Amino acid sequence: MSTAIKTDTFSEETSAVERRPVGAMALTGHAAVPPAPAAPASASGWLQGDALRGLILSVVLPMITFGIIIALWSFVHLKVAPDLPGPMATFDEAVYQFSDPFYDNGPNDMGIGWQVLYSLGRVLAGFGLAIAVAIPMGFLMGMSRTCERAWQPLVQILRPVSPLAWLPIGLLVFQAVNPSAIFVIFITCIWPTLLNTAAGVKAIPDDYMNVARVLRLNGWEIMRRILLPATLPHIITGMRLSLGIAWMVIVAAEMLTGGIGIGFFVWDEWNNLKVESIIVAIFVIGMVGIALEMGMTALQRFLDYGKA
Amino acid sequence: MKHYLTIEDVGIEFQTRNGPFRALRDVRLGVEQGEFISLIGHSGCGKSTVLNIVAGLLEATEGGVTLEGREVCQPGPDRAVIFQNHSLLPWLTVYENVRMAVDKVFGRTRSKVERDEWTRENLVLVHMDHALDKRPSEISGGMKQRVGIARALAMEPKVLLMDEPFGALDALTRAHLQDALMEIHARRRNTVLMITHDVDEAVLLSDRIVMMTNGPAATIGEVLDIGLERPRQRLELAGSAAYNRYRKRVLEFLYERQCRPADAA
Repeated sequence: MSTAIKTDTFSEETSAVERRPVGAMALTGHAAVPPAPAAPASASGWLQGDALRGLILSVVLPMITFGIIIALWSFVHLKVAPDLPGPMATFDEAVYQFSDPFYDNGPNDMGIGWQVLYSLGRVLAGFGLAIAVAIPMGFLMGMSRTCERAWQPLVQILRPVSPLAWLPIGLLVFQAVNPSAIFVIFITCIWPTLLNTAAGVKAIPDDYMNVARVLRLNGWEIMRRILLPATLPHIITGMRLSLGIAWMVIVAAEMLTGGIGIGFFVWDEWNNLKVESIIVAIFVIGMVGIALEMGMTALQRFLDYGKA
Repeated sequence: MKHYLTIEDVGIEFQTRNGPFRALRDVRLGVEQGEFISLIGHSGCGKSTVLNIVAGLLEATEGGVTLEGREVCQPGPDRAVIFQNHSLLPWLTVYENVRMAVDKVFGRTRSKVERDEWTRENLVLVHMDHALDKRPSEISGGMKQRVGIARALAMEPKVLLMDEPFGALDALTRAHLQDALMEIHARRRNTVLMITHDVDEAVLLSDRIVMMTNGPAATIGEVLDIGLERPRQRLELAGSAAYNRYRKRVLEFLYERQCRPADAA
């Protein structure tokens, strides 16, 4: 089963890696191709040929997609469900929300910026606790057949469970909503990190261990100089997956726990029937998700040393 | 009589699902200091197994290996191994890969400056001093193997063990590295045990060629002394009668006496 997880993460990884360069390649990848003979070296010269094609691919095509979505949305707003606010009303709401994202009128009325920061705080707390537990456990599971045999069934049973199912347990144990939400995120993050770390340790080529044996590295040196660096790319992949799922789960968790946070903000605005705010919140959640993903990808790229 | 490196009546049996499998029997070989020995034989004849037993990575079922009178029972830097796929650590630079070995072997006996100099000296020897800060993923296969050789040499091993070191390289790169290896051997006088299945490589580089019979239960079939004078020049040897005689002897052993069932059919 752990191999299944691994292929999952790899396909995720390659698609994520491949997705990004497409636009960039179109813009810069053909720089070596000489410009069309008639191209003047004027200010508009860069918009010729491949550069123009790149601009179309990376800017115009997405614009068309957004245009179609907005048209569909307007149609639903006008003809199907008049209660759904239209694009204009939503845009006005967005301008209003973003004009003062950090206002604070007491715990029941705070700006959308605060809501996002509170949610991010819970996610990072749960994520941090999870990696502190999952990475050492992953190493043990990858290195020791005994640990793997002992833990694998438990992990396999718990992994497919929606982390939200743990919320009542959290509420019961902690008797408070905030630790419960963090607990849910902890559970969310633990499995991908654990399984990727274990898979990474198992994927270490025998050659590296033979080098360690010839050099007579001791246990600590093997850990620090071979196992950790060799496994790091897998660990980061697990962390990236964990963080992505955690950001999705926190919205649902906060809907149930209440308090300050983007999830409860969505639920609260539903109760107020301010659907414009909900659509704005969906957009904000998406943007924050992209930012988290980009941060982890940058970290991954920074630590990447390529295949030998 | 005692040799520098002695392989004494070594045999090995692996436990498999279909019962025990005997890979080697009665392997006996004495190697003198500074000698260059090639082990040649068809794939699957247990050449690598012999090498791994000398390296200490595998334990013989019978017999044993002694180096300078001491029994080999675990891997160590006195028997540096150069693996076919170079096995550089991809997260370390060229310099760091060699330096790690130098630090581990000479960390107590040499100063930091000395270790730095020794690392660079070995990389100069294999002509890789231009790429000290490159990662293995940024250099070619031949260059990686050069770094692997530098790392092994830097350990100042008593025996250099090479497991088809150039097997994965193209013919031109291989020729370059063979020349480099001859040059290094002339300068450092290392004792080398090299596995190959390239007849020309074996004749060109070796003082003696050890030819192995086919497995299972493979053993040494014949040992051929190569009396060609050093330094040897690839081009001169190509037309030399002695060279071609040695070459023919090895080919006859491999393709007449030890021809594989698949080849015979």
